[in-house]
Amino acid sequence: MTGAHTTDPILSVSDLVVAVAGRIKIVRGVSFDIAPGEILGLVGESGCGKSMTSLAAMGLLPPAIGVTKGRILLGGTDITRLAPHERVDRGCGRIAMIFQEPMTSLNPVLRIGDQIEEAIRVHDPDVVPAVRARELLDMVRIPDAAHQLSAFPHELSGGMRQRVMIAIALACRPSVLIADEPTTALDVTVQRQVLGLIRELCDTLDMGVLFITHDLGVVAQLADRVAVMYAGGLVETGDVVPLFAAPLHPYTAGLMGCLPDPDSDDPLLATIPGSAPRPDEVGDGCPFAPRCPRVADICRRGAVPVRHTDTGQAVRCHFPLNGEAST
Amino acid sequence: MTDDTVLDIRNLSKAYHVRRGGKNHEVRAVDDISLAVRAGETLGIVGESGCGKSSLARAVMGLTRADGGKVIHDGVDLLTLDRRSLARARLRIRMVFQDPYASLDPRRSVGDSVAEAGDIHGIFESSAERKRLVGEALDRVGLGAGFADRFPHELSGGQRQRVGIARAILPEPELVIADEPVSALDVSIQAQVLNLLAELKNRLGLTLLFISHDLSVVAKISDRVAVLYMGRVVEIAPARPLFRDPRHPYTELLIQAIPRPDPSTRITGAIEPDEPPSRFARLAGCPFRDRCPRRTEICATDAPELREIEPGRFVSCHHA
Repeated sequence: MTGAHTTDPILSVSDLVVAVAGRIKIVRGVSFDIAPGEILGLVGESGCGKSMTSLAAMGLLPPAIGVTKGRILLGGTDITRLAPHERVDRGCGRIAMIFQEPMTSLNPVLRIGDQIEEAIRVHDPDVVPAVRARELLDMVRIPDAAHQLSAFPHELSGGMRQRVMIAIALACRPSVLIADEPTTALDVTVQRQVLGLIRELCDTLDMGVLFITHDLGVVAQLADRVAVMYAGGLVETGDVVPLFAAPLHPYTAGLMGCLPDPDSDDPLLATIPGSAPRPDEVGDGCPFAPRCPRVADICRRGAVPVRHTDTGQAVRCHFPLNGEAST
Repeated sequence: MTDDTVLDIRNLSKAYHVRRGGKNHEVRAVDDISLAVRAGETLGIVGESGCGKSSLARAVMGLTRADGGKVIHDGVDLLTLDRRSLARARLRIRMVFQDPYASLDPRRSVGDSVAEAGDIHGIFESSAERKRLVGEALDRVGLGAGFADRFPHELSGGQRQRVGIARAILPEPELVIADEPVSALDVSIQAQVLNLLAELKNRLGLTLLFISHDLSVVAKISDRVAVLYMGRVVEIAPARPLFRDPRHPYTELLIQAIPRPDPSTRITGAIEPDEPPSRFARLAGCPFRDRCPRRTEICATDAPELREIEPGRFVSCHHA
């Protein structure tokens, strides 16, 4: 499910399979491209494999979980089986990552400045760490940078801590930023500000951003393109505007229907019955079949082909919602 | 207060004392809050982290000792009750918690967890009745009596939260206080649980106090909504008018910040950080004034009172 691009992708993932102990597949043949300056929103519910996809790209999969198939190209170089330290200085660019809870990624007993400078020393030996640290804090719009450099993590708000994590991520001058639910732990008003910052950095630094979230609202307002993941596989990809205007996969449409719309007169919310399968319960057919309102016999037999539309959407479904998608 | 008030919260206050940087700080988590919960309504309480919404619930339930104020239920101030009477009152006012993983004892079967309050207060006349009532409660939440013999680890997050709800409704309470009941759940499961709460409320004639950080969820499920900021109520209104036409600038900010599944309202670029002030700082005047586009001199000196600007709509703002 790769979309058409005018520029070469900076990150290209094709047919990625990640499995536990080489047997239980938790990512099942995922493909996507991200261009420089583009935000791809990878959306799905807990356990769908979105974080494992990103950890595979970072080379940070936990022990006993590994890539069993597929390729991850960064700036054209295959990095699929390289450990993080083997990736440095290959001239292909770098991937940095930020996580949901900045407090667990920051060292509580070190000052903010020391933690940023540490990252600078590792990745950028030719600059003066203190000067560059100040510059990075300015880039993430932390006010009063000189004062904040001597603060400890617990003295900052959640929003400021996430800005510090972004500054540390930028220290290696990444060409790709992976953001795994970076605003989920933040209050909505602060979330909005951090999302705006990520958009600005993506644009000004021409970074590719893989933005992982469970929140369709965040994806709609931030991402350029969207990939919807369910039970380890992508079910739909497309540009953000057509995808939200007319979702093709019943799961995408179902997720959108579950969002509370305070303006609607219906007192009840639409729901998707049942719950997502565990990775060891996924068979050969469509993993959404047991919950799908459009299910037919064919859905339970064999792999489901991907269909493409003229709007640039791709959907893995025998019975997509507009009925016009061609194979 | 009108005759149909189920729970009358009057001037409730709760402060915590925190030591930071060698100094003692007082954090007024709940700062003189008054709210009347009416029979049969869903009253939503919304606000961001640290606004005092959970402290409010805990103080009402007597899970933490309030510093001042009254919580009147059935003509009695719950805050003056001894342990025994408070425990009995808690059969009429039940609570559903956020984390269905932490709020169920992993070593007890679902049936024992659901029956717990009934066991303590001896409301079952026989083990057959106990079994029947537990089965009935599990049926009502859509799980079925068969779940009584299962254990929490065998259940999904959504199923656990249904057990939490069954446990709350078993003693046939008048009022259920639900503190972030769907925040830990996935969107598709969240919708199922919200529908269940709405349905139970109608079927059992419950009154619901629904606490959440998510204004779109609160506005959907509630009849009226109270917006909290830094321990105070800044606005109370019927849910839809509040959502469509907020009168307090903080409510407006909150509504604008909700991520909507609509790509026509794009996030385009960075704005300067704008965060609530430290809860350690004691501010005179309006708590929202530093972030407020409408602020004037009076906001720095006088704390605005919650006043009725239209029938049923209360706002604490000098400029509403």
